[in-house]
Amino acid sequence: MDDLLAARSQMAMSLAFHIIFAAIGIAMPFLMVIAEWRWLRTKDEIYLTLAKRWAKGTAILFAVGAVSGTVLSFELGLLWPGFMGYAGSIIGMPFSLEGFAFFTEAIFLGIYLYGWKRVPPRAHLFAGAMVAVSGALSGIFVVIANAWMNAPTGFRLVAGKPVDIDPIAAMMNPASFPQTLHMTLAAYAATGFVVAGIHAFMLLRDPYNRFHKAALAIALAVGGTTAILQPLSGDLLAKSVAKTQPVKLAAFEGQFQTEQGAPLRIGGIPDETAGVTRYAIEVPYGLSLLAYGEPNATVKGLNDFRADERPPVAVVHVAFQIMVACGVAMMLIALWGAWRYVRARRRWLESKWFLRVLVAAASLGFIAIETGWVVTEVGRQPWIINGVMRTSEAVTPMPGLIVPFITFTLLYILLAVITVWLLLRQVAASPPSPEPIAKEAALAA
Amino acid sequence: MPLETIIAGVMIASLVLYALLGGADYGGGVWDLFAFGKRAREQRKLIAEAIGPVWEANHVWLILVIVILFTAFPPAFAGIATALHIPITLLLIGIVLRGTSFTFRSYDVQRDDVQRRWSLLFSIASIITPVLLGIILGAIASGTIRVENGVVTSGFFRSWLAPFPFAVGFFALALFAFLAAVYLTLETRVWELQEDFRRRALAAGVAVGLLALLVFVLAERGAPTVRAGISRSWWALALHIFTAVFATSAFYALWTRRYRLARVCAAAQVTLILLGWAFAQFPDLVEPDITITSAAAPRTTLQLLLVALALGAILLFPSYYYLFRIFKAPQSGTRDTIL
Repeated sequence: MDDLLAARSQMAMSLAFHIIFAAIGIAMPFLMVIAEWRWLRTKDEIYLTLAKRWAKGTAILFAVGAVSGTVLSFELGLLWPGFMGYAGSIIGMPFSLEGFAFFTEAIFLGIYLYGWKRVPPRAHLFAGAMVAVSGALSGIFVVIANAWMNAPTGFRLVAGKPVDIDPIAAMMNPASFPQTLHMTLAAYAATGFVVAGIHAFMLLRDPYNRFHKAALAIALAVGGTTAILQPLSGDLLAKSVAKTQPVKLAAFEGQFQTEQGAPLRIGGIPDETAGVTRYAIEVPYGLSLLAYGEPNATVKGLNDFRADERPPVAVVHVAFQIMVACGVAMMLIALWGAWRYVRARRRWLESKWFLRVLVAAASLGFIAIETGWVVTEVGRQPWIINGVMRTSEAVTPMPGLIVPFITFTLLYILLAVITVWLLLRQVAASPPSPEPIAKEAALAA
Repeated sequence: MPLETIIAGVMIASLVLYALLGGADYGGGVWDLFAFGKRAREQRKLIAEAIGPVWEANHVWLILVIVILFTAFPPAFAGIATALHIPITLLLIGIVLRGTSFTFRSYDVQRDDVQRRWSLLFSIASIITPVLLGIILGAIASGTIRVENGVVTSGFFRSWLAPFPFAVGFFALALFAFLAAVYLTLETRVWELQEDFRRRALAAGVAVGLLALLVFVLAERGAPTVRAGISRSWWALALHIFTAVFATSAFYALWTRRYRLARVCAAAQVTLILLGWAFAQFPDLVEPDITITSAAAPRTTLQLLLVALALGAILLFPSYYYLFRIFKAPQSGTRDTIL
């Protein structure tokens, strides 16, 4: 493994690890605040138990997210000093704003987690809301920085150096809005589905547990709503990619030939040496229609780009297909849930099949997030700043990068195992009290 | 004053706050390892309660330092991250282990053997991380990181694998342990626990003094430019006098159990030490090749960053104050010596 590949692998691994905690850090506080708000409104103890359980989960996940995020902020320089030396002054702005969002998040999370008995109920709920809002803002600011790497604006190149730097224009780059929207929705959808899946699993074993029913309802309301909206934001993003990174769009679709009225390919395996994508189901005119809104629009194929400016097609295409498939499945499940809720009302969670499907779908959102980032990042190669700086120009001269790569990989595997194990035991398990509470409620009724 | 100097000042202020707040959290980890005697369990509990609600917020000061560094002085960030790749990587491992082990300990089962395992990891990471942080700062001050045309020419070991950066590392550890012990005297109203941490603060204070001397002696060869700045400038004498006054006062206040006074003096002492280093190194950002001006980002970036920092501060300080008022306000009936 050469040093560039080791650096890329370390960055990819660090991001793949952190994004899970980042996404949960965005969405979980929102779920927890909804549960607490329900508790304040209904005075049903179940919601208080739920808010506290979810807060515990958030605490563990936030800590791992905070430290792995710290690692990333340093890794930008440790692995890509060429990039940071060049672009720091252009995209430092969103990172600075993220710094303050992160501050707010950490401060109010401290108040939320440790302040149950120290602040009045409304102030406590407010603290939770601050965590939820600043968590979402943190994510948005970081994705803006990434969007700039895809669609760099806010400077002029003179003799290879950036001049006339305008950090605001850099933040307002054309990829910012679609990318931040897509990622923010993804965070809620993925987290909602995982939480719903866990509680669906518990409900299958213990069908009348009100605790798990309440949890599932909140998680699926958040995850389902965003999953239904997500394809729209995906469409918006694809249209923006078509404009700013046509070669990436061609890689999404395994489109080798420039074609008028290009088809949408579902599945298939791109063969880069032969320049064809085999075994795909082709929807006629689909790609032209989706990317440009016209069935006869011309889609530029990979063959019309210089060979040293094309991303690895197979990885990008396959990852893109997986992401879209997961997203569509989640949307359909969400619609099914909505239909069940309308049809069956109070009994909407009493379908074993529905619960089983939720369990099966629990990880789909995170698979979509991971593959989606593969699409974004691998699809931008060989550039670190699209069209401006190659990844190979940005990498550190430090030799032996395989050592930190392996070290951090092992460290993160260990953390992942411990985190999952703690969450299963401390958070997901049925609380010891719901039966008595349910009985009391039944007696009172 | 030029914009870049103001921003460098904000960066140093953030570093001071990181030392005063985040540093003390590491110091807490040190005392977790050295918790002994029949109150060991109570000591650990006190430390955990003191750190729990605030360590994540305190940690963000470090993020702020890094973000200011790479936004306002990108070549300096690139140079430091290249020359000090190894200690920074180790620092990150320390940060990861410290934060996660502390959180895992809080949420894992409360059985003694389980808790002790997390405690051990937490306290070892809390010791290693400040040492590495000191090594990194020491290397930046040493003048051995050489950069030509944006390329680091001094290799990946020479600048930090030397006596001076290591001495600074242990000095940082002693300072953080000292701060933590002083703060902890005010986190409890139990006389015996106060006494425990008073004794620890006094011991750490002695260590701080000895290591400061060692750093000063080693600086003659290890960081000559900064040492010259600290010994010969017009403000050097005033700095030494004030640092000495605060150090002695902190000691005196601890001795006579005036813990509030001790806290103020200890914090002032640490602040002055960091400011003294900053002034001695000014206007260099990385001794001797990168200055604040040569590394500064374009004016537009600096202006916007300053606006962002100002607005951020308006949001941040009230929230921070609220956090500390909830968890650090003196409990009712504040007499320092209640049994």
